[in-house]
Amino acid sequence: MRKITYREALKEALTEEMRRDATVFLLGEDIGRHWGGAFKVTEGLAEEFGDERVRDTPISESAIIGAAVGAAITGMRPVAEIMFGDLTALAMDQIANQAAKIHYMFGGQVNCPIVVRTPFGGGVNIASHHSQSLEAWFMHVLGLYVAVPSTPYDAKGLLKSAMRGSNPVFFCEHKLLYPIEGEVPEDEYTIRFGVADVKREGADLTIVATLYMVHKALNAAEELEREGISVEVVDPRTLTPLDKQTLIKSVKKTGRLIIVSEDCKTAGVSAEIAAMVAEEALDYLDAPIRRVAEPDTPIPFSPPLEQYVIPDERAIIKAVKEVV
Amino acid sequence: MTLNLAKEKLVELYRKMVEIRFFEEKVFELYAQNLVPGTIHLYAGEEAVAVGVCSNLRKDDCITSTHRGHGHCIAKGADLKRVMAEILGKKTGYCKGKGGSMHIADFSIGMLGATAVVGAGIPIAVGAGLSIKLRRTDQVVTCFFGEGASNQGTFHEGINMASIWKLPVIFVCENNLYAMGTRQSIVMAIENVADRAVAYGIPGAVVDGNDVLAVYEVTQKAVERARKGEGPTLMECKTYRHKGHSRVDPARYRPKEEVEEWLAKDPIKRFKEKLLQTNTLTETKIQQIEKEVSAEIEEAVKFAIESTFPAPEEALKDVYA
Repeated sequence: MRKITYREALKEALTEEMRRDATVFLLGEDIGRHWGGAFKVTEGLAEEFGDERVRDTPISESAIIGAAVGAAITGMRPVAEIMFGDLTALAMDQIANQAAKIHYMFGGQVNCPIVVRTPFGGGVNIASHHSQSLEAWFMHVLGLYVAVPSTPYDAKGLLKSAMRGSNPVFFCEHKLLYPIEGEVPEDEYTIRFGVADVKREGADLTIVATLYMVHKALNAAEELEREGISVEVVDPRTLTPLDKQTLIKSVKKTGRLIIVSEDCKTAGVSAEIAAMVAEEALDYLDAPIRRVAEPDTPIPFSPPLEQYVIPDERAIIKAVKEVV
Repeated sequence: MTLNLAKEKLVELYRKMVEIRFFEEKVFELYAQNLVPGTIHLYAGEEAVAVGVCSNLRKDDCITSTHRGHGHCIAKGADLKRVMAEILGKKTGYCKGKGGSMHIADFSIGMLGATAVVGAGIPIAVGAGLSIKLRRTDQVVTCFFGEGASNQGTFHEGINMASIWKLPVIFVCENNLYAMGTRQSIVMAIENVADRAVAYGIPGAVVDGNDVLAVYEVTQKAVERARKGEGPTLMECKTYRHKGHSRVDPARYRPKEEVEEWLAKDPIKRFKEKLLQTNTLTETKIQQIEKEVSAEIEEAVKFAIESTFPAPEEALKDVYA
């Protein structure tokens, strides 16, 4: 099968859906012909679809999402790009109180099918305003779906589903994933929300990981394999809805669970998954659940500091050895 | 009040204003009887704005509204029964009891919903305007908000966006002088919100918001401009709420003389006098209108009171589409 990058996979999803559906349009800062998006996901799209449908906006995050909401409730399917995940804080009212609540508060009268794409994550030395992983904030926003694709295949399939769905979707990308290559079929496909993917099968322990951490977990699993420890890696792919069944099934099989997430430990993605498994599958656990997550600090700038706080293969292997 | 409108139109404007006033008086009464859960923000005193603006709109034109939104809904043509039922938290309300007084919407008449987050409706109206532009229709959007909302970042972000893209949005600031209990002069160094239009390169107009014909006339121009694709307008309607901010707020922060001055400028009283002076309406006809409107509102109240509350487990529905 052909291989393309995560960036190209996202662009393909946007391109195909824009060709298929005239109500789809993109808006965001510097996404147009002069820049093509800070991470070049939309490069070339203005040339094909024009400046109206690939719309550069002022630096107004709140109005970007608000405008997407207003367009969505009047028949359009906007995909908004927020240049860095941290900046979604500027648009939080429009995301959490407006987009996510409109369907419920108005008694189901109208849908708000917006997609908000944004990159999270550290590893590029740009400090805490541009490096956080805030997925858990959005898991707390009822009415919103949250996607966390880790591969080009998942990125394309989930983005296409998001763009065809009826609900607002918060679509988390990761800066370090954009250049990663993976197999993506030429033929049309979509991936349903709420379906986890077992990225590697194993017998001794389950690692649940998201976004870039999936790749670190896979590296760790390979190394552990050489030491005779068989690790299963499960990627939820969407945090809302969360595929509890697949996660629990894996835990039942291996009896051990480690959750690896780049966001901080307190009230983070890992906290929710740990609580869910403890509540629903405690009897199947042969060892305590371990979480490998960012310690409760902001993301620092200087390379040794940043490397110290972001979970890596070493930390994952250490955690595994503590419970196996 | 120099506008030459057909008699039927003038009567319609008057009737709509009375409808809102009587409706709000009834809501207040029901509130006192403990039939309204939560809080209420009454529109009484500001009727000329909603009516003057919305009577320029077609059914397929859109509006966004605020926490003080009953008047906007009624002026846009919402069903009184379903508005009242929503205020009472009933299953038959516009939002099946999920929204209440501050969050009513009726998408079938272009009422895109009220938001109780001050200023949050501004970018949403801009998005509806963008949608109209992309769909290439000649609809327009009017966006209601108060002078308090004009200090939110959304005001700047939203109007700037509408102006650069020449979107068909009419921004209608209802300046009732107080943001809750905070007088405008405490939080703004300028007197007119409309002066801010200069910053966006769009027309701004200060209007006597208690004169329905003045509001009508300015809106008409703004709508015409928007339909022609010439872009947004910022209108500021100077008005006053008869009651306090919410519920039983006695509004002691307002000087007595000021309240009296504004009560004397009551938009319904003024319009009635004008209609009588010009022989557009007679006292008998006015009484007949009031009687009809009263009956209509009694019917809405009856419908709302007799409607059932939603089943408790309905709370779990409609979180996702």
